[in-house]
Amino acid sequence: MKTGSSRQRTLIRIGQKVLSLHALFSYLFLYLPIIILIIFSFNNSKSVFRWAGFTTHWYLDLFSDPRIMSALKNSLIVASASTIASTIFGTMVSIAMERYDFFGKLPFDALLYLPIVIPDITMAVMLLVFFVTIHMPLGLHTIIISHIAFNISFVSVTVRARLASLDPALEEAAQDLYANEWQTFWKVTFPLLLPGIIGGALMAFTLSLDDYVITFFTAGARSTTLPLRIYSMVKTGVKPDINALSSLMMMVSMALVVLSLLLQRKGGEGVTIQ
Amino acid sequence: MQRVSGHRQKMEVFTLIFPALFWLTVFFAIPLLSIVVYSFLKKGLYGVLVWEFNLENYARFLDPLYFKVFGRSFAVAVLTTLGCLVIGYPLAAWLATRPTRFQGILLMLLMIPFWTNFLVRTYAWIVLLAREGFINTALMSLGVINEPLGMLYTQPAVIVGLVYGWVTDMVLPIYATMVGLDRSLLEAAQDLYANDLKTFTRVVLPLTMPGIVAGSILVFIPSMGAYVTPDLLGGGKVDMIGNLVQRQFGSAQDWPFGSAISCVLMAIMVIGTLIYFRISGGRER
Repeated sequence: MKTGSSRQRTLIRIGQKVLSLHALFSYLFLYLPIIILIIFSFNNSKSVFRWAGFTTHWYLDLFSDPRIMSALKNSLIVASASTIASTIFGTMVSIAMERYDFFGKLPFDALLYLPIVIPDITMAVMLLVFFVTIHMPLGLHTIIISHIAFNISFVSVTVRARLASLDPALEEAAQDLYANEWQTFWKVTFPLLLPGIIGGALMAFTLSLDDYVITFFTAGARSTTLPLRIYSMVKTGVKPDINALSSLMMMVSMALVVLSLLLQRKGGEGVTIQ
Repeated sequence: MQRVSGHRQKMEVFTLIFPALFWLTVFFAIPLLSIVVYSFLKKGLYGVLVWEFNLENYARFLDPLYFKVFGRSFAVAVLTTLGCLVIGYPLAAWLATRPTRFQGILLMLLMIPFWTNFLVRTYAWIVLLAREGFINTALMSLGVINEPLGMLYTQPAVIVGLVYGWVTDMVLPIYATMVGLDRSLLEAAQDLYANDLKTFTRVVLPLTMPGIVAGSILVFIPSMGAYVTPDLLGGGKVDMIGNLVQRQFGSAQDWPFGSAISCVLMAIMVIGTLIYFRISGGRER
């Protein structure tokens, strides 16, 4: 470093201040819209935007609206079913992909990755075309089938990251101690893998609960989920009950994501033999 | 990594991949191929399909009406990418220079909104931008403006919504390249050039370029294929490719044309992804 250039050091300090300020504004940009939405969901006014005191009555209204309760039920059925299936399938395939080399692995890897990068709208219409072509009536089952298709990919990304961070020496040690493959898996690999699997399952549940585009195209007329309900409410005019429903979904979604990310971070540190 | 050998091991691997392979083949690969086939068919009367190979659906892109939508989508995607870069690059630089123990939590704070409900996050911008929305109400009660500003249902509103939705995808790859920067290189550069601007343009910028390209692709692809954002924040006035596709499967009932548009969208995505892997793949493994 050049010494004695105090002017330059001042410049650097100013630069760092600007950078920190920029970061502060960026985080505000990310969080303020969500916070404002949540604040206004407690607004005691028929007009959405003018503050008129605190109330929880929009939330209470939600629970007495039969259309919202049935959408909630549908959402929970879809999210649970697709999470269970995609977590099992996704975990199994991850083990094969991380542990073995086999014929056709590369193209299969691409197929496994595609649902993540393909635009929602493309995946949505291709599933619609497919279901209609094979004369499968649309309903909750077609939504579940479609959600499993994209969730397998998201689960496998999470589980594979965890698998890759595991120390193979742990499994070797188990086998040295005369554990067979089955025992090694259930007693050593699986417990170590569990944070990654649960993290992936939570991610799948969130993605399924939140999905609008693919659900919209693969849902039958009578199988409305919460995002579909929110969308049609927004389209027919902004009323305070949308704020309450949206905030509720936001908070549930956030809680699940935080949990999932925490589990994945725990996964990121990995486990090694000292 | 084990090379599969022997019958037993082959069965084991097959069992492990079978459910995912089956599901993704039947409910992803085949549907994908089916819209490729549809895109070469023709729409008959009353939306009936005509099994006759033709390229008409693709030729229709040259129709100024549709070409305009493509042009607009491209412009919106480019501006969104630039917006994410302007916000994301300095943010990534700031993140990479924080003490290591804070970086994890700061990254998590960045990812939490990214993974939460996209629809609701888009709706939040209606609350902010609407005519009687938060920003207009606030500005009017402060006396800054007398008339509410027409911010919602404009192209800038769509771009803001997309930047908001995807900025994290720009920050993460750039952050990854910055964390990997060799400090001694920066010090050597400062000794050589003794000028921050030169150090930046000659050393930092080229070294973080792979992150910039990767992030840009990750933002550009979903922006180009956006559907919810232009629908909600554009209000039918800022139609993009996604809305065009939706209309072919909705009111227009022209599935072959809708399939053709989806295929073009997919081609853009595949090309982008291949470039992304060319750039980032070499270092990841």
